[in-house]
Amino acid sequence: MSGMRVALMVTCINDAIYPDTGRAVVTLLRRLGVEVDFPPAQTCCAQPMVNTGYLDEAVPVVRTFVDAFAGYDAVVTPSGSCAGSARHQHSIVARRSGDAGLVTAVSELAPRVHELSEFLVDVLGVTDVGAYYPHTVTYHPTCHSLRMLGVGDRPRQLLDHVRGLTLVELPKAEECCGFGGTFAVKNADTSIAMGTDKARHVRETGAEVVVAGDNSCLTHIGGVLSRQRAGVRTVHLAEILAATE
Amino acid sequence: MSERTTARDEILGRIRAALDGVEAGYDVPPAPRIAPLADVVAHFAERVADYRAVVERCSAADLADRVAAALPGGARVVVPPGLGVEVPGATVDDGLSAAELDGYDAVVTEARVGIAETGTIVLDHGPGQGRRAITLVPDLHVCVVRADQVVADVPDALPLLDPGRPHTWISGPSATSDIELDRVEGVHGPRTLVVLLVQ
Amino acid sequence: MSGTFVGMPKFPVAARAALGDAQLRHNLAHATATIRAKRQRLVDEVNANCDWEALRLAGAGVKESALRSLDEHLVRLEETLTANGATVHWARDAAEANAIVATVARRHGVDEVVKVKSMVTQEIGLNEALAAEGIAAWETDLAELIVQLGDDLPSHILVPAIHRNRAEIREIFLAEMGRAGRPAPAGLTDEPRVLAAAARAHLREKFLRAKVAVSGANFAVAETGTLVVVESEGNGRMCLTLPEVLVSVVGIEKVVSTWDQLDPMLRLLPRSSTGERMNPYTSTWSGVTPGDGPQEVHVVLLDNGRTNALADEVGRQALRCIRCSACLNVCPVYERVGGHAYGSVYPGPIGAILNPLLKGVGQDKQTDSLPYASSLCGACFEVCPVRIDIPSVLVDLRAQVVDAHRGGVPSAEALAFKGAAVALSDARKLGLGERLAGPGLRLARRAGVIPGLSRWASARDLPPGPRESFRAWWKRTDGGRDE
Repeated sequence: MSGMRVALMVTCINDAIYPDTGRAVVTLLRRLGVEVDFPPAQTCCAQPMVNTGYLDEAVPVVRTFVDAFAGYDAVVTPSGSCAGSARHQHSIVARRSGDAGLVTAVSELAPRVHELSEFLVDVLGVTDVGAYYPHTVTYHPTCHSLRMLGVGDRPRQLLDHVRGLTLVELPKAEECCGFGGTFAVKNADTSIAMGTDKARHVRETGAEVVVAGDNSCLTHIGGVLSRQRAGVRTVHLAEILAATE
Repeated sequence: MSERTTARDEILGRIRAALDGVEAGYDVPPAPRIAPLADVVAHFAERVADYRAVVERCSAADLADRVAAALPGGARVVVPPGLGVEVPGATVDDGLSAAELDGYDAVVTEARVGIAETGTIVLDHGPGQGRRAITLVPDLHVCVVRADQVVADVPDALPLLDPGRPHTWISGPSATSDIELDRVEGVHGPRTLVVLLVQ
Repeated sequence: MSGTFVGMPKFPVAARAALGDAQLRHNLAHATATIRAKRQRLVDEVNANCDWEALRLAGAGVKESALRSLDEHLVRLEETLTANGATVHWARDAAEANAIVATVARRHGVDEVVKVKSMVTQEIGLNEALAAEGIAAWETDLAELIVQLGDDLPSHILVPAIHRNRAEIREIFLAEMGRAGRPAPAGLTDEPRVLAAAARAHLREKFLRAKVAVSGANFAVAETGTLVVVESEGNGRMCLTLPEVLVSVVGIEKVVSTWDQLDPMLRLLPRSSTGERMNPYTSTWSGVTPGDGPQEVHVVLLDNGRTNALADEVGRQALRCIRCSACLNVCPVYERVGGHAYGSVYPGPIGAILNPLLKGVGQDKQTDSLPYASSLCGACFEVCPVRIDIPSVLVDLRAQVVDAHRGGVPSAEALAFKGAAVALSDARKLGLGERLAGPGLRLARRAGVIPGLSRWASARDLPPGPRESFRAWWKRTDGGRDE
């Protein structure tokens, strides 16, 4: 990977609420010989606006995104949802702006944005990242990484190589946890019903930890589990992969 | 201008406005075919039986006996004109009313095509098959399918059918899953389907 | 509950009521799990000797190509139908279509018609319109019969009584069948087989005496003037075959170009819909067949908002829909709230896009709430046999809803997003906000509830706030190098 300029897109939620996830990505990639930059001009992928219908409001945010990451060969992010936003929704926002320059910039940048497990498996070509995590873990594949990006079993391949880790199957794993961005408040009752079912399936596994590639989903699942005093922790995939003996 | 012309022209006008700037030509990708079946007729028999229809294989010489055996004793039977097998005592349909057909217990017909992959029998209601109503009102349908009428899959069947004729595609006896998704065979059409597959 | 959807509350309100109904949730979870598993088995079977994805692409292509020259296809369909002896009518909206059907029925002096299960006649409220003219419209599909006798609303495209269990159905039959015709037999049990037999006996007298039938169509073949109805029970065949007069109400999007294009559609629909290799009965007819079936055949080509949808660049693909209901069965939202919450005969993910596309947004709050009735999980797109990208259409419709409300007094939400746009367009402003996020969250967790977060916090704890944002850590430690 020599000479490759890699930027970390930490995401707004990780920046503000889950800095440990961002730090884990830095630790992990550095261990694998990849020095990442954190372009400080970055803010948010604009997904909350796009998915709620505020396209005009998303335009300056996407412009900020494109400016922040211009010039990098790869942008890696610990979020399937935010990667999906950059890859599949920024073009909609750019078209809305009527700015041909933004349309071009987005189309050039979008394919260079990688979700963490994609970056590790496809770009770096590693599945054993040298991690050690002596816990029983169940994995929730988040909807956007699964169905929007198609990460497939890449996170599973990575977890399979973590020493000390016992992976237990999550029943109905591929069903949405009910977060859905503003869905979680606009349709709070339905969202909670879905989250409650997801939490029940997590508890059924007996795992100590539920892992996923998106802290937004984990905020929701973890919020329900915490309220239930279930004693199950939520941990981002990056933090498990960064852990060593 | 009549009401009809107004509505027609307006709808067509709206469509043309909606499609303004949309490219009309669109290449439809070809539908994929199934891998060749080792034994099309056996596959057909298996798939028809999957619907809980009765499937029996027989020779042409045995057919009349097998038809008779499929009909319960004393059953009132209706058959279409031109049926290729003798059914003693059966009434040949000559335009029976629905109420009259309701007095029959069974119907014996032939078919136009059998589709192996889906276990489907297609009637085109020509000679030996009769009007649509006769295979609908009686509770037992005995259907004779020749082995050489069986094709592999749906795309093989369509070109053999004349779209100008009415068709009935039959895949097992009538059924419903409307109550708790619990499948029940037999609602309005024939509750029993017997397929005699002639080699 | 009365038999109309008009005036339904917004989705979140209706959903809350449905979520509180434990029996409903149990019925739905059981039914959708059953049908999902059946479909998946068949998709796996197709993939063993064919290619389901390629079949989907072909299905999407057949419908897309028909839509892209819909005007030509409809003109052709009219020609071929007319040549086959059918009378073709055009209806701009529900009222026109209902009037056409009523006129045909009145001309034959009937006070009742039998009906094949049809989504489009529910969409236009045909039964109510005919009732107003003194004509009874009898639903003959078992589930529709359950809904009609129970003075209820359909809650699923394929199995409209999915919200009812066997015990409820038995009670409806015992109480109501006698008022509509032949009563349920004494000693009726709640076994599905027994209930189906009661429906058979109840409806048979109606089939045998009916002079006029009304149907929809699953497909209309332009090249040959053929209509296709796909069904399971045989009630469709009864209606399409025994009466003297048949009126079929057909949405203009039902057209396909050629007879041979019924493949792949007939391979996709039953597998996606009932989870069967093929449905028990498929009927095709091309106008009038002398001596066989109805000798007077009418076809009503209906717009009723379809041209609005066609004009929508992103939403147009919704007109490919073949009403299989696979998207309902996999939808985690539908599974929990059921069909009534969508306030339309088209529920579930497809309903969440089709209703706003047909009716237009910015006019009523109920319709405007539908594009938000999804977590955008994408399960619907994955199963759709004609590859309708429902999540993308939902997102586009949300933008249309927001745009329709621009210009007036902004809502609290609109103000929040405007504020967020400012903060998120400049990392320095964001950094300032983040310094407040950690203490803010810690305060909110301690205080329990803060305004605006109450809907989140009713059943979910907030995460603990960090001491330091990532940005601040990176700056302080030079990306961890100084740690």
